[in-house]
Amino acid sequence: MIEVAGLTKRYGEKLAVTDLSFTVRPGLVTGFLGPNGSGKSTTMRMIVDLDTPSSGTVRINGQRYRDFRAPLCEVGALLEARSVHSGRSAHNHLLALAQTHGIGRRRVDEVVELVGLAAVARKRAGGFSLGMGQRLGIAAALLGDPGTLIFDEPVNGLDPEGIRWIRTLLKDLAAQGRTVLVSSHLMSEMALTAEHLVVIGQGRLIADQSVADFVAAASGNTVHVRSPRATELRDLLLSTDVTVRADGPDVLEVSGLSSDRIGIAAAGAGIPLYELTPRQASLEEAFMTLTRDTVEYHGGTPSSPPGDPTTTAGRSGAELVGTAGAVVGGPGARA
Amino acid sequence: MTAATVERPAPSGLAAGAGYRVTPWRVLRSEWTKLRSLRSTLFSLLAAIVFVVALGCLISWARVQHWDQESPLERLRFDPTGVSLSGVFLAQLAIGVLGVLTFSGEYGTGMIRATLTAVPHRLPVLWAKAVVFAAVTFVLMTISSFTAFLLGQGVLSSRHIDTTLGHPGVLTAVLGGGLYLTVVGLLGVGLGALIRSTAGGIATLFGILLVLPLIVHFLPSNWSDNIDPYLPSSAGQAILSVVHDPTSMAPWNGFALFCGYAAVALAGAAVALRRRDA
Repeated sequence: MIEVAGLTKRYGEKLAVTDLSFTVRPGLVTGFLGPNGSGKSTTMRMIVDLDTPSSGTVRINGQRYRDFRAPLCEVGALLEARSVHSGRSAHNHLLALAQTHGIGRRRVDEVVELVGLAAVARKRAGGFSLGMGQRLGIAAALLGDPGTLIFDEPVNGLDPEGIRWIRTLLKDLAAQGRTVLVSSHLMSEMALTAEHLVVIGQGRLIADQSVADFVAAASGNTVHVRSPRATELRDLLLSTDVTVRADGPDVLEVSGLSSDRIGIAAAGAGIPLYELTPRQASLEEAFMTLTRDTVEYHGGTPSSPPGDPTTTAGRSGAELVGTAGAVVGGPGARA
Repeated sequence: MTAATVERPAPSGLAAGAGYRVTPWRVLRSEWTKLRSLRSTLFSLLAAIVFVVALGCLISWARVQHWDQESPLERLRFDPTGVSLSGVFLAQLAIGVLGVLTFSGEYGTGMIRATLTAVPHRLPVLWAKAVVFAAVTFVLMTISSFTAFLLGQGVLSSRHIDTTLGHPGVLTAVLGGGLYLTVVGLLGVGLGALIRSTAGGIATLFGILLVLPLIVHFLPSNWSDNIDPYLPSSAGQAILSVVHDPTSMAPWNGFALFCGYAAVALAGAAVALRRRDA
């Protein structure tokens, strides 16, 4: 259990994290989302006492990180930037960390095996690919068999097989009753692995809820309706809480009403329907809607309009590049 | 690489087992593993050994070859101990760089984050690095210093211009070779932790040891005469000279002051390590 309370981090004039409070519970994977520069990494560094908060506290299982007698056995952390000396072999890197706690060589070999680096364990880490570096970081996080795990962008640089491996690993770790906090800018990854979300924008908490609630609460849920008497239907449905957008001569996108209600209303008025399809916003769209105002670095919009409602996202492997507009759908993250 | 799955006991496994905790002795072992597992350590120490021993022999040999042409004044000032230990001045480069790298190498690569999450109290890391570095350097450089002295005297004995460890001040100077290099390295450890960058740390260390004395020489001479003996380099090198120069500090006093400078650097490093974000 990680309890973050009133956490604030100030760098000179700039507030990186502002009065952030949330709780990460054991037994499920909690996703930590936010655009680039929103304070995710800063928060994670404060959890393990690398950075000192300007105010506020972090408690892990009720204790401060620095008060643990065996911190590696309590919290395992994979931090965003590589935390490995490039001149040292993977084995010696892990051995040096293990020795601070009196953890034996057997466990070092075990985690090397677990992350699939056995073949290169004696090679210098400087020659590792980004993906191998991530695996080494994960090995270090697992070294003390900790009950709490913090992963900052763990799938960065991993190949599809590696991504699937991480996904399974995260779920297994949570299923064993551990507390797992994972940050990622890959929405698709969060949709597949996380059950709970903590969303921040510009260092402030935006949402702290289950993935299902988060998506449901987002304004992106619409119903796609096709009818020969579309204009008539639109006038019938329109009210203060309901918006209707015409998407062609006989197509409507209705938000604020369930498909059931639309069907009943249409039947009541004798309007025939050719199509009535509820469309749930993808996690990505929900995220975009919520963070649109808090994105720090805006980029230009290339070709497609932002939040294109026809995206069947959530599985598209789209990558958030720190802009509200430039959502680039690509096969990159697809496993 | 294969897709490994987690097949381990529940979280109670390692964490619950007593005995896993951070102790100063364990941090020391960890830092020993770190030091010995880098090639830069091996190369720096090898270079320092070669510099101390080979340069001492080479310069001793040069003096022997040139002895007939040397003036009576040169012969009068001849210090067989100093000549055989001349390699120490070159070796300080290798040892100083190695000292700076113990911390700056970790900051440069990001290793420091792994180190400090394992030891969140931080200061044990500084002391462990300093102790391991000092022990290794002192043992190797003392052996090198004695080897250089003995080989150098062997070379000088062909002209009967050698000395022995029994002469006044000689044993102190030969021991001083190892001691001086060790403290140069510790000054480097402190500066490396304080400055965090390899280039900055090395520039500062050798700015203090090599450039500062040159600049002080340009001051009016009654100023420079009063400042120079107390500079880190002059104070530290006082222990290396057998022929006592009245303007410089006494060997052990000078060495004590030099240790003081290193202590100040390490204390500054301790404060910075505790206070600053990693």
